[in-house]
Amino acid sequence: MQWEETQKKHVILYPEGIVELNVPSTEILKLCDGAHNAEEILAELEAKFNQTGLKNDIFSFLEVAIENGWVS
Amino acid sequence: MAGSVNQTITSPRWLLAELTYSCPLQCPYCANPIDFASIKNELGTDDWLRVLSEARAMGAVQLGFSGGEPLTRQDLPILVKHARQLGYFSNLITSGYGMTEAKIVELKEAGLDHIQVSIQSPEKTLNDELAGTESFEHKKEVAHLVKKHGYPMVLCVVVHRKNIHQIREILDMATELGADYLEVANTQYYGWAHLNRDQLLPTKEQFEEAEAITQAYKETVKGKMKIYYVIPDFYEDRPKACMNGWGTTFLTIAPDGTALPCHSARELPGLVCPNVKDMSVYDIWHHSEAFNHFRGYEWMKEPCRSCPEKAKDFGGCHCQAYLLTGDMHNTDPACSLSPDRERVYEAIFKARNDSELGNVKPLIFRNPKNSKALA
Repeated sequence: MQWEETQKKHVILYPEGIVELNVPSTEILKLCDGAHNAEEILAELEAKFNQTGLKNDIFSFLEVAIENGWVS
Repeated sequence: MAGSVNQTITSPRWLLAELTYSCPLQCPYCANPIDFASIKNELGTDDWLRVLSEARAMGAVQLGFSGGEPLTRQDLPILVKHARQLGYFSNLITSGYGMTEAKIVELKEAGLDHIQVSIQSPEKTLNDELAGTESFEHKKEVAHLVKKHGYPMVLCVVVHRKNIHQIREILDMATELGADYLEVANTQYYGWAHLNRDQLLPTKEQFEEAEAITQAYKETVKGKMKIYYVIPDFYEDRPKACMNGWGTTFLTIAPDGTALPCHSARELPGLVCPNVKDMSVYDIWHHSEAFNHFRGYEWMKEPCRSCPEKAKDFGGCHCQAYLLTGDMHNTDPACSLSPDRERVYEAIFKARNDSELGNVKPLIFRNPKNSKALA
């Protein structure tokens, strides 16, 4: 994941591809650091944004991220 | 005829640096222009360094070094190093011909991110025949070395009627070589492939079988190898959203510095493509006639102009519209709504005819001799 100043976005780069991330996706991926499990990521983000009910959104994004090899 | 100037112009994200038209291979489906042999004056190192810097400053982040065979450029490591310093994600698109282990190491140290090796066929005889040179064993060796030195390995196989029956072997070869990514690219019929279309276009049955096999294989290698399957749009109902929209994402710089909104665009008559020797990349992207020509919807004719799908496919591919109808402003005949759809059926018919006659038409190989004769 790298910050692109001209796009004002984080992007993921891999062979033949670019994924331009929105703010929520960036926040999720920042926590994919090997130290947090999925439940902890959820708890941390719900606390940070003072929201509940994010489980479906976050878990489905994580599935996409794993399937595409953005996180392992 | 130019596109609306009021719309927001997005920044380029993808730069394809075609460093040279020189190539030791002679693939008859090459995307290079037919008259490549008469295009001289390759950009020098300083011009390339400037182009990389300017495009990066505008937001380009994916970089492909291509050609021809980019390894024939002696300054490749200098360009790779500069790309790394600028923060590009850089890819070498190579036939593998001329690659050595020392070079792989040198490019890695210079900061190259990945290498895409093309193989023409999983079978030596056909590979060497299509490439017009004995290269099969060396290509496999290069694929192993790419892995050995820690690059993600992208294997590219261009598919057409001469090798589509080998699709299972192609997939198995990718697994055997440990490819991280496999690009199964159905031939797109531009440049030399257009010239050899009757000899290369698969029948619908062949295409459908190959697609089914590939899609099933995709499931079995999920998580290990990512397969990109590039469809041939002659058998589709709707055209591809070519280049993700003209002048929105992709920038190609040809060996002589000509800037192209897509790598086939220099074959469009009437489109005056600018050159990086005369203009900055910024001015080319924002102000040149060529890059503005197909931006927006103003240029469209019917049926595109009033079509609700125009925002999805942008009228398809202008090079294909030109090659099949003679006018780049027409709807791409890959769309079944095109009044020129008949041109696609004719192409399919002629290819099937050649196939049924036992593939009688000889392939015209991409080499300087044929290029000069055809120009």
